[in-house]
Amino acid sequence: MNFDYTFHWRPVIRKLPELLEASLVTLQISVLSMIIGIGIGLVLALLRMGGPKYLSWIATAWVETARNTPALFQLFFFSFGLGAFGLHLTPYLIVLAGLSFNNAGYLAENFRGGFQAVPDTQMRAARSLGMSTTQAYTRIIIPQVFRIVYHPMTNQLVWAVLMSSLAMIVGFRELAGETQAQAFKTFRIFEYFAVTALIYYVMVKMILGISRLLSWRLFRY
Amino acid sequence: MIEIKELHKYFGALHVLKGIDLNVKKGEVLSIIGASGSGKSTLLYCINGLEPIQQGEVKVDGVSVHAKDTDLNKLRTKMGMVFQQWNSFPHLSALENVALAPRIVKGKSKAESREIARAQLEHVGLSDKIDVYPSALSGGQQQRLAIARALAMEPEYMLFDEATSALDPELVGEVLDTMRLLAEEGMTMICVTHEMGFARDVSDRVAYFHQGVMEEIGPPEQIFGKPESAHTAKFLANVR
Ligand SMILES: Nc1ncnc2c1ncn2[C@@H]1O[C@H](COP(=O)(O)OP(=O)(O)OP(=O)(O)O)[C@@H](O)[C@H]1O
Ligand SMILES: [Mg+2]
Repeated sequence: MNFDYTFHWRPVIRKLPELLEASLVTLQISVLSMIIGIGIGLVLALLRMGGPKYLSWIATAWVETARNTPALFQLFFFSFGLGAFGLHLTPYLIVLAGLSFNNAGYLAENFRGGFQAVPDTQMRAARSLGMSTTQAYTRIIIPQVFRIVYHPMTNQLVWAVLMSSLAMIVGFRELAGETQAQAFKTFRIFEYFAVTALIYYVMVKMILGISRLLSWRLFRY
Repeated sequence: MIEIKELHKYFGALHVLKGIDLNVKKGEVLSIIGASGSGKSTLLYCINGLEPIQQGEVKVDGVSVHAKDTDLNKLRTKMGMVFQQWNSFPHLSALENVALAPRIVKGKSKAESREIARAQLEHVGLSDKIDVYPSALSGGQQQRLAIARALAMEPEYMLFDEATSALDPELVGEVLDTMRLLAEEGMTMICVTHEMGFARDVSDRVAYFHQGVMEEIGPPEQIFGKPESAHTAKFLANVR
């Protein structure tokens, strides 16, 4: 067998601006899904720790599904699954919902661990100083939980960026989707995916770097 | 003045406080001694409303702690509390630990609350630790920080729940000295303690708790000299 494929990088380089633009879409949707995931994850964690029974049961089901089924299937649920019930989301919403669902499930477990790691006595001490429950949570408990979940949260963002590449399967043109569209137009498939892989790599490294810098500023204890 | 009348407290079926009657006057230092599980900590939690009660009444300066319409958060600013586990807030520097509550609970300005915090840290001998985080403080220093934090609310009463029990023996002294200082300054204090020397020297009265009942209360000379209750005598014989 002889290897007669010649690499042609030029078409890819020419489309680099499009790819970089698409990587911004990836970042945007990942960050947005993190923000939604953090909000919902916090609620799920609190419900699991002491919500009404059926709500806590729903929260548990959410967490279990998000963590123990393929991410791709979760995305399918929001496209074909809801589609079967006549509910057709746009590709953007499918991806955003899928990522947020997954993020919320993973983050809920991190948050729950974080809350359990802060001793009850912190709450008592805060209340004994006359703080309201809300003040105790926002000033004393949550900042400590935040520190505990900070690195897991960074990892989740990285995971969201990588998982968002599944979007190409439901036809959304973020970085992977854009790459696929371009690649099959020119048939320089290997080159396109190689360059895109590099872009993902750089994005992830950037996220980790920024997160580390931020953690030095945020946590001085 | 703290007035406790016919106080009963249950944890589920467990009857933890069985009809406590006790008044503590302004300026008084009361020590509470007793075996583990006799309800001493629970009594303190009932006084500042951290635990609900099932029967009886607790009044602080005439305000009923457990009445529905009582603003507990406001009432608690009158009562500082120091716990057995030193619960400094680990994410805040020493100064921020002390300055936080005056600012967010009492609405003092940032500058003013920092000023108060500085003064209280000096009060407990921690002026040189202002910018240090609790993780870099010893247990004794953290406990003095907790005292400064409570004092920053300008409380009229201080409740101490075995403030020295979790400390290494060589660190107990510095915390007891701080408590002595407060007593000399005229602070009204209720101290749950296992430090019999402190109870004898500093208190105006000592109460002995036995299985949820205040078995005996009186001046230290009585409790430590000739206790009226056989339970008290037995307990003291064992701790000495
Ligand atoms: N939150 C709670 N739930 C159920 N039972 C409790 C709770 N807190 C305390 N108890 C029980 O109430 C009783 C009195 O406890 P408390 O902590 O007041 O005792 P104590 O006199 O302070 O003892 P120690 O010297 O060990 O601190 C104990 O039997 C304890 O197990
Ligand atoms: Mg106790």
